[in-house]
Amino acid sequence: MFGKLSLAAIPWDQPIPLITSVFIVVLLAALLALVTYKGWWPYLWREWLTSTDHKRIGVMYVVLALVMLIRGFSDAIMMRSQLAVAAGTAAGYLPPEHYNQIFSAHGTIMIFFVAMTFVIGLMNFVVPLQLGVRDVAFPVLNSVSFWLTAAGVLLVNVSLVIGEFARTGWLAYPPLSELAYSPGVGVDYYLWSLQISGLGTLLAGINFTTTILKLRAPGMSYSRMPIFCWTALASNLLIVAAFPILTATFAMLLLDRYLGFHFFTNDGGGNPMMYINLIWAWGHPEVYILILPAFGVFSEVIATFSGKSLFGHRSMVVATMAICMLSFLVWLHHFFTMGAGANVNAFFGIMTMIIAVPTGVKVFNWLFTLYGGEVRFTAPVYWSLGFMVTFVLGGMTGVLMAIPPADFVLHNSLFLVAHFHNVIIGGVVFGLMAGYTYWFPKAFGFTLDERLGKASFWCWFIGFYLAFMPLYLLGLMGATRRMQHYTNLSWQPLMWVAFAGALVIFAGLAFTIAQLVYSIKTRHRRRDKTGDPWNGRTLEWSTASPPPPWNFTVLPQVSGIDEFWRMKHGDNKTAPPAAPPAIHVPRPSPLGFLSAFCAVMFGFASIWHIWWLAILGLLGAIALLLRHSWQMNTEMQVSAEEIAEFEPPHKAQPG
Amino acid sequence: MSAVAEEIPLSERGPAPTRVVVSFGFWLFLLSDIVIFSGLFAAYAVLAQRTAGGPTGAQLFDLKHVFLETCCLLVSSFTCGLCVLAMERRKRTMIYVWAAVTFVLGLSFISLELSEFIGMFSRGINPTRSAFLSAFFGLVGTHGIHVTAGLCWLAVMMAQIVTLGLQPKVAQRLLCFSLFWHALDLVWIGVFTIVYLGAHP
Repeated sequence: MFGKLSLAAIPWDQPIPLITSVFIVVLLAALLALVTYKGWWPYLWREWLTSTDHKRIGVMYVVLALVMLIRGFSDAIMMRSQLAVAAGTAAGYLPPEHYNQIFSAHGTIMIFFVAMTFVIGLMNFVVPLQLGVRDVAFPVLNSVSFWLTAAGVLLVNVSLVIGEFARTGWLAYPPLSELAYSPGVGVDYYLWSLQISGLGTLLAGINFTTTILKLRAPGMSYSRMPIFCWTALASNLLIVAAFPILTATFAMLLLDRYLGFHFFTNDGGGNPMMYINLIWAWGHPEVYILILPAFGVFSEVIATFSGKSLFGHRSMVVATMAICMLSFLVWLHHFFTMGAGANVNAFFGIMTMIIAVPTGVKVFNWLFTLYGGEVRFTAPVYWSLGFMVTFVLGGMTGVLMAIPPADFVLHNSLFLVAHFHNVIIGGVVFGLMAGYTYWFPKAFGFTLDERLGKASFWCWFIGFYLAFMPLYLLGLMGATRRMQHYTNLSWQPLMWVAFAGALVIFAGLAFTIAQLVYSIKTRHRRRDKTGDPWNGRTLEWSTASPPPPWNFTVLPQVSGIDEFWRMKHGDNKTAPPAAPPAIHVPRPSPLGFLSAFCAVMFGFASIWHIWWLAILGLLGAIALLLRHSWQMNTEMQVSAEEIAEFEPPHKAQPG
Repeated sequence: MSAVAEEIPLSERGPAPTRVVVSFGFWLFLLSDIVIFSGLFAAYAVLAQRTAGGPTGAQLFDLKHVFLETCCLLVSSFTCGLCVLAMERRKRTMIYVWAAVTFVLGLSFISLELSEFIGMFSRGINPTRSAFLSAFFGLVGTHGIHVTAGLCWLAVMMAQIVTLGLQPKVAQRLLCFSLFWHALDLVWIGVFTIVYLGAHP
């Protein structure tokens, strides 16, 4: 009846996950009770859970990412504290089988459910506004994408309470992840949650690529497109090309685990290295899926706060698209030690070094944008400058490891761990925080507190160096990654420094939360009525904050780069069309929420081999899809009164 | 109107009509689906010789049987094209006729494929036997699941035409279905060439 599921699946004997899960369950119950008590369900259901508005969906993505950031960070602090104490004869407080789950969950959550979710959230919110259009190409599909991601998040977190998570590392390399060596449900939680959220990501990629290529304001040719949209385009092209590889690879591993196939097994002629090749053919583009939109954020932030248009817009576009192409030609550098031979390694080593060239072009473009500009040192600019210093450093250690002989020494050491945290924290996280601070007033109509934002930046910045510079040294001293205990006592002082760094980053996270709470409390005096708090350059600043559901009452007519700047300075000679035509917005749709419900049912049932429930989930999803396909009336017209409420904000502005 | 449209470059004409947007999005979906198949093809190429002492492709595949299968699928692609032509001419009866022919041909393909699989299973030849067979059943099976899904989709489309008529959305979906069906043909040509013909050097 319940497959492999029994009461023994709850980790009664492990206090840490048990207490955490009790805490989370109580917290969730309290939250649901509060919503019920206050009678917020109808509002939540109508305006958020079923919303097909790209801005609302974007906000939900970002909230989800921030919540998961806290979860992923708790894993990080447990690892750092374990390694600070577990030296010599001391065993630390985390047993190996629990520690292995923690580092696997940390990587999986941080990449898939923090970084990806946050990046897609920002793109969701910003891209249609920057393109000067009303919504994405497929609004209902957008909601489905979000809810499938949320379904994956839910499954990962359920693994904390019921059963276990993978102990295989964040990419679940076989043969370890095969049934013979991982007979528990951990790997199945990993695979199903990522298959479900991966489908959501793929659909989002299709949606955004179509939006950017087919839906732009009149006059917005490719050469006039804001740089964030260009980086979003590159990122989504990579999603469309790379995520199916992940889906296929995971499907093969699932067939191995569930039906006894021999794709990646040791016996029966399977080939585990094929998995590692396939997963990195997705995995390397994946890092550019994350970093390219962050580059886009920095470009927007630096141009806006320098009061200048971006230096070398065209070279920035070429560099972005070059990285987009090259990202598919470097995957083997993740396993030079496979033994592909000197020539193959040399090819991938050289390609890896070449990819640093367009990245260098970008750094110079940002520097030249700052040069001679009237730079306003706001929190987003702090994040951007911190990024430039940190990312260049991380990039250089990457080029170092692109030399195969050096990589043979550093492979799977803490040096590697320091390198990828250097580029992901210094690049992606700083970019996301810059974008979050920069676009927050557009989303909610009031700015975030600058002082607390800068405090958060300094903590992240200093904390990062404290936490990860020691790991470079430890890596050179021979410390390996995924290590739960070590005997070499000379490593311990550096481990303590790294733990201190993690605590400083924790303070940064706390400042971010404090900034949000404080800014909401003081929102009345930080309200932005102009819609353009930063003296922005691109179209998202030309509409009200928060924008109306239809974004623009009259679609802007674009005549050049930085169109909104041109409008403010009277450079746009084309007259906008006078009367707005009838405006249609997509209706709310429960399809996304309900299909995520079915996806969770299907995923959970498949993990525990409860086949009747899995079939029920699948049938439910099909029924929902059929029901949706018979609904012809998916749009509604906005009434004239509603439109009149949203006066174009800049008419009220003096000057 | 057309003169004005010619003056403005395509990239500056503002949001494209829904028809274009939907087709474009569907093309992207098809591309991503083909990337899934490329992963499975790559796996097959790596594992084709890894028979673990079990049967090889040359011993297993009956080319006459597969040729018949291929004919069914290729002809169904043609009749699917005729169905779309009938839709564009708004000839409902012909839509049903060609859709029915397409459906029967697709069903024949699946039946032939199933009979091949069942024949193998009854002789103990299944995916757990060797990596080669895992890759074979993985690749050909995924294509088969796609064709089955396509048949269900075709049936749903006919139900939509009956209940909703040939309104633009329905017509658009039938067009998307035909793209999907042709893409499956394309993948099958790869399967036929690499898997079946490739096993007989």
